[in-house]
Amino acid sequence: MLPELGHFALILALLLAALQALFGLAGPALGRERWMAAVTPAVAGQAVMVATAFACLVSAFVGNDFSVAYVAENSNSALPLFYRVTALWGAHEGSLLLWIALLASWTVAVAIGAARLPPRFAARVLGVLGLVSFGFLLFTLATSNPFLSIDPPAPDGRDLNPILQDPGLAVHPPILYTGYVGFAVAFAFACAAMLEGRLDQHWARWTRPWTTAAWAFLTCGIALGSFWAYYELGWGGYWFWDPVENASFMPWLVGTALVHSLAVTDKRGLFKSWTLLLAILAFSLSMLGTFLVRSGVLVSVHSFAADPTRGVFILAFLIIMIGGALTLYAWRAPLLKSSAGFELGARESFLLFNNVLLVIAAATVFAGTLAPLISDALRLGTVSVGPPYFNPTFMLSMLPLLALLSVGIHANWKRGRLKDRQRTLLYTLVGAAVLGCGVAFGIWSHGALLTPVGMTLAIWIALSSLVDPFDRWRRGLSLPRAVIGMTVAHLGVALAVLALTTVQSFTSEQDVALAPGASATVGGYDFRFEGVKPVEGPNYDAQGATLVVSRHGARVAVLKPEKRQYWVQRQVISETAIRMSRGSNILVALGEDLGGGRWSLRIQIRPLVSLIWLAALVMAIGGALAASDRRYRTQQVAAAAGAAAAEPAA
Amino acid sequence: MIRTGQVLVLTALLACAAAWAVDPTHLADPKLQARYVALTHELRCMQCQNESIADSPVDLAADLRRSVRELLEQGKSDAEIRAWMVARYGDFILFRPRFIWRNAWLWSAPLVLLAIGVLVSWRIVRTRAALVAAEPDGADGEP
Repeated sequence: MLPELGHFALILALLLAALQALFGLAGPALGRERWMAAVTPAVAGQAVMVATAFACLVSAFVGNDFSVAYVAENSNSALPLFYRVTALWGAHEGSLLLWIALLASWTVAVAIGAARLPPRFAARVLGVLGLVSFGFLLFTLATSNPFLSIDPPAPDGRDLNPILQDPGLAVHPPILYTGYVGFAVAFAFACAAMLEGRLDQHWARWTRPWTTAAWAFLTCGIALGSFWAYYELGWGGYWFWDPVENASFMPWLVGTALVHSLAVTDKRGLFKSWTLLLAILAFSLSMLGTFLVRSGVLVSVHSFAADPTRGVFILAFLIIMIGGALTLYAWRAPLLKSSAGFELGARESFLLFNNVLLVIAAATVFAGTLAPLISDALRLGTVSVGPPYFNPTFMLSMLPLLALLSVGIHANWKRGRLKDRQRTLLYTLVGAAVLGCGVAFGIWSHGALLTPVGMTLAIWIALSSLVDPFDRWRRGLSLPRAVIGMTVAHLGVALAVLALTTVQSFTSEQDVALAPGASATVGGYDFRFEGVKPVEGPNYDAQGATLVVSRHGARVAVLKPEKRQYWVQRQVISETAIRMSRGSNILVALGEDLGGGRWSLRIQIRPLVSLIWLAALVMAIGGALAASDRRYRTQQVAAAAGAAAAEPAA
Repeated sequence: MIRTGQVLVLTALLACAAAWAVDPTHLADPKLQARYVALTHELRCMQCQNESIADSPVDLAADLRRSVRELLEQGKSDAEIRAWMVARYGDFILFRPRFIWRNAWLWSAPLVLLAIGVLVSWRIVRTRAALVAAEPDGADGEP
């Protein structure tokens, strides 16, 4: 009964999304006030219906309702309750429902915030969001319905893919999707502005907090995915330049550019059409991410779905949405000229460089990710693109970006008075270089050329981002949340650079073969192998090894990596054992039984690797602080009314 | 419903994703060992998607690792070993696309983009700086 109710609720949600789009877009165009008034009830109704559908699917999972095909394929009665709930987004259909539910949540939040916006504009924003929701609901109902039943019901489910039975993966998709879907809000604001034919600084002020919030979620989501890959999937790797990872990284890069470009549009009324383009691009890449992951076009380690008919639908949907937005853009962008100027050394210039470099980085990742397809389409033969391509080409735009960040952070708006800051610039750079080289050559005696460069950049960024807040504090000026947020986010960048440099330069890794009682020494730690014993879990059997880790004779940890065979899917999964010691992560993974009690083992010591994810969290916290600044929430209607009078349709 | 072919593809992929290879191969010469590690990470497993032969647990990857080791011990250079692999398995096996004409667009893309970026930035800054110069003084500061 409940699955049918869920299915019905989803159909009603589709109809309400259609009404929301119709009233929201046609109402302002035809000047029908009563249509516009119907938009918010449609949003609320759609949210209730989506929530009902979501709850029905959750209850089907919790109640082990194996008459639902999706539940039967992705759950099992022996699965712990927590994973029965998170199994909802363990595969394609449920992930889509999660996407739709998150879009409904964002839309409700926008509808609540829209009370402060001009009614015509608000209706258009919600109308565009209704259109996006309509597309995804139609896609779900037509090709990927999670409520389809099987008759007779399966006696038990085929279980959740064991790789996904992990707390990291339980939270990774919802947070990543919250970020993806959040860019739909920026996209809707951009489309609404283009429909209005007017884009003023208030528009940027309304759009900024939403974009920054989406960006913060995406940052967290990517970091969680990397963390999950590190301990569950990748055996100690934290980034693989895998197509699916790239699919989430491209919208992040463009979203980062958008956050910065919006700052210029907000403060100076510049880069208007560029900001619109980035908003369209960020959401397009978010949808392309879905397409890449779900269509099976680029099969990768993470791709759990492969169905070309779905790919064709998403492709058509992408072409309609992106094509429509770009057409609108081509029509309206020429109206958005600004006559404001700035000098070479001004903050606008540096934010321009930031945008150019971030977009180049995204384009490079795009080229590398799609190269196998492009090369095939142009009949140039097969090609594979992996880390040896991505690492150096990505660095090509990232190194100048980081160096320019440390300089540009000192620049003023409009006037290029960097000469006044010469001393600050010099002191921070020299300080950073001394410290950076000291750390690079002092603590560790070896390292590549990039080690001191990376260390210096990290410290330079950290010092530079602290100059302005320190200056404000010393002069007794107020420290708004937006400034604190920016500083925290840039400190996060510094931490990330420091961590990545350290990990890339000083990782020790070795695969060894050990008999019980034998030892191996890796990176200054001794690992004594005590042998392997059988272990039984709630829904798996395992071989568990025990290793005693010591340093200079003193015991550091006892690590117990496992190889698990899950009962239902008969799949062997390796569970790594990780312990943090002196800032380094010691990781041990159990390999193969080599006979006679000997086993192969991977031992890896990565210094500061945890700092990579912590840095992402710091960046996200910075974003959250900036997004919650009061200047985005007060007096918006009055300001908008004033602006409308002062600046008629461009 | 998912078709059988897709299930097979899926199962093969999952088998690859779930278990990674641990490769305790140890060459006596540390220089050779370093080259062995680097090379096995740059060659792609033909069976698993997006995994190097160093990480892939399937037999084919183990065979390829053995080939790399033997070729190294015969004193072959990295380039010769790559050529040996390409001759047998095609360009698909290289995670590092070769510097050849048909990959020129891929390798030059970042540089071309950077050049365009510099040019465009320079033009925008020049135009905008001229606007400031044309303004009367005193219209400064954050609006």
